[in-house]
Amino acid sequence: MKRLGIIAAICALPVMIVMFIGSCTTDPEIPDTLDEEDVKFRIPQGFPTPNYDFALNPITLDGFKLGRKLFYDPKLSRDNTISCGFCHQQSGAFAHINHQVSHGIDGLLGTRNAPGLWNLAWNDKFMWDGGIPHLELQPLGPIDNPVEMDQDLAALLLELAADPEYPALFEAAFGTDTITTQRMTKAITQFQGLMISDNSKYDQVQRGEATFTQQESYGLATFRSKCASCHTEPLFTDRSFHNNGLRPEPTIMDAGRMMITADPSDSMKFKTPSLRNIAITAPYMHDGRYETLMECMNHYSGGNLYQSATLDPALSAGIPLTAQEKSDLIAFLGTLTDYTFISDPKFAEQ
Amino acid sequence: MKTTFRFAVLAAIIASFTFGCKPDPVDPEPTPVNPTNPNSPNIPTGNAIGISFENFVGSDVMLTDDVVRYQNLNGDSFSVETFKYYVSNISFTDNLGNTWYENESYHLINAEDTASLVIYIDSMPAGTYTSMNFMIGVDSARNVSGAQVGALDPANGMFWTWNSGYIMAMYEGHSPSSTASFGLMIFHVAGFTGQYAGQRWVAPSFGANTATVDASNVPLIHMKADLNEWFQSPSVVDFSSMNVENVAGPATAMLADNFADMFTVLGIDN
Repeated sequence: MKRLGIIAAICALPVMIVMFIGSCTTDPEIPDTLDEEDVKFRIPQGFPTPNYDFALNPITLDGFKLGRKLFYDPKLSRDNTISCGFCHQQSGAFAHINHQVSHGIDGLLGTRNAPGLWNLAWNDKFMWDGGIPHLELQPLGPIDNPVEMDQDLAALLLELAADPEYPALFEAAFGTDTITTQRMTKAITQFQGLMISDNSKYDQVQRGEATFTQQESYGLATFRSKCASCHTEPLFTDRSFHNNGLRPEPTIMDAGRMMITADPSDSMKFKTPSLRNIAITAPYMHDGRYETLMECMNHYSGGNLYQSATLDPALSAGIPLTAQEKSDLIAFLGTLTDYTFISDPKFAEQ
Repeated sequence: MKTTFRFAVLAAIIASFTFGCKPDPVDPEPTPVNPTNPNSPNIPTGNAIGISFENFVGSDVMLTDDVVRYQNLNGDSFSVETFKYYVSNISFTDNLGNTWYENESYHLINAEDTASLVIYIDSMPAGTYTSMNFMIGVDSARNVSGAQVGALDPANGMFWTWNSGYIMAMYEGHSPSSTASFGLMIFHVAGFTGQYAGQRWVAPSFGANTATVDASNVPLIHMKADLNEWFQSPSVVDFSSMNVENVAGPATAMLADNFADMFTVLGIDN
């Protein structure tokens, strides 16, 4: 045991020396150690073909860093107070920790829960109602939304063009210093699209690198028989829209997908959220009404689903779950937390 | 810290110059913000057709000064503050039956911006053109292809961000008949897919006229756009019941059916 410690210390020594030398030359406030390899898009083992085509927006180091700077820059809001990162916090898998609905400019509240951000390149429709059909167009939603960032797009482009730093950063990323909507959102897409979550314990088990506990295994079996038809592996979403029997909040009466399609058969349908990182993205549901996973279990199993014409047929009688199954499911869902992803410094505010 | 950063940026710029180690720019120089006429920066001298969009309300040349001076078929008086529309996917057919399609054919016509009112379709083969076809609005493909540039830059303000897609045509103004606050009139026809899609194909007739294109001739088509046509056929629009329409649905689809016949070719200068 002692010998092992000495070996470990010897092995660590060169690393420490390198770190020490490195610290002499690197500005500690700009841990700029990324290289092109770190910003390569990759498709995790077992994942389907992504929906977004990065061949049309090749990720570069400069493009990724520009996107990251934009993501964390409150300049994107009308009064320069709200950044994307304000509601999308890395430690909460880019959801808004402990916030039921999105908080925006002038202290205004939205009507829906800010979702976590990961594996976005596999999404084909964005927002709870799927109103945005393309990853590059997604940032325009919250930027323009009067209760989120409330920023006029043309004014924002002028503001960025007048900034002392941005023109050079756009030139580095795109060849010239012209700032357009397309360049801005392509840069943000390079950053957001690279947020890949594929190193949860679940993923490690799939790759043979870890094993589930007995309870997690039981939870997975229950999950596959009772939840997976909508929360389909490996993305843990079918990327479709369902009415999951939530009683509509009378002050909001959110029609969900129907607000986009104007089709009554879409009334109260919302996009199936991915369950990856679910244990750390409370509160839950499109309006953040449930604070715990147990409340979600009880919603589906409690026989008290809101009955309406568009209630998903799979839920018409609820999902019967025993107390043991609920607890097993929650144990399994805990294996979907990707600690590598939420601590990866390349996604952090610089 | 700042100095270090500046030095690093400078070093990176120098390095890119010296070694060319950075990837090539991934896209060409785009047009600037709010381009008025991105597809025709220069007036061509041949192998082209010009289209002059001449905006009217009935027989009156449209003024966008927001003064209530117009009347629709329903009898509502109204003003015009904004009148904008996309013209896309333009094609011309000649007297031999050959059809020529403009590449990257997206134009934003804004009644308030005179520079946007005349567009030139260039690089055309010589021929005697007898008809044309275009779309009012933006095709669904471009609505789902990510952020676009030029006339299609969302910063031009003809874009919905929450139910993503282009506003095909926009009328804003005021009417004493409107029940909306301040008598506002807002017609934003958008929605690119499904039963309420807002694009419409149109083919205003040349009549007996033709447009003769050769290496030294650029015919000019005088294209009338009559806002009152938007409000009267096939459905008569009543401003007391229809005044703020900016969510894709049956009303915007009806307005789209209505604007499909608002274009008329007044004449062609050869």
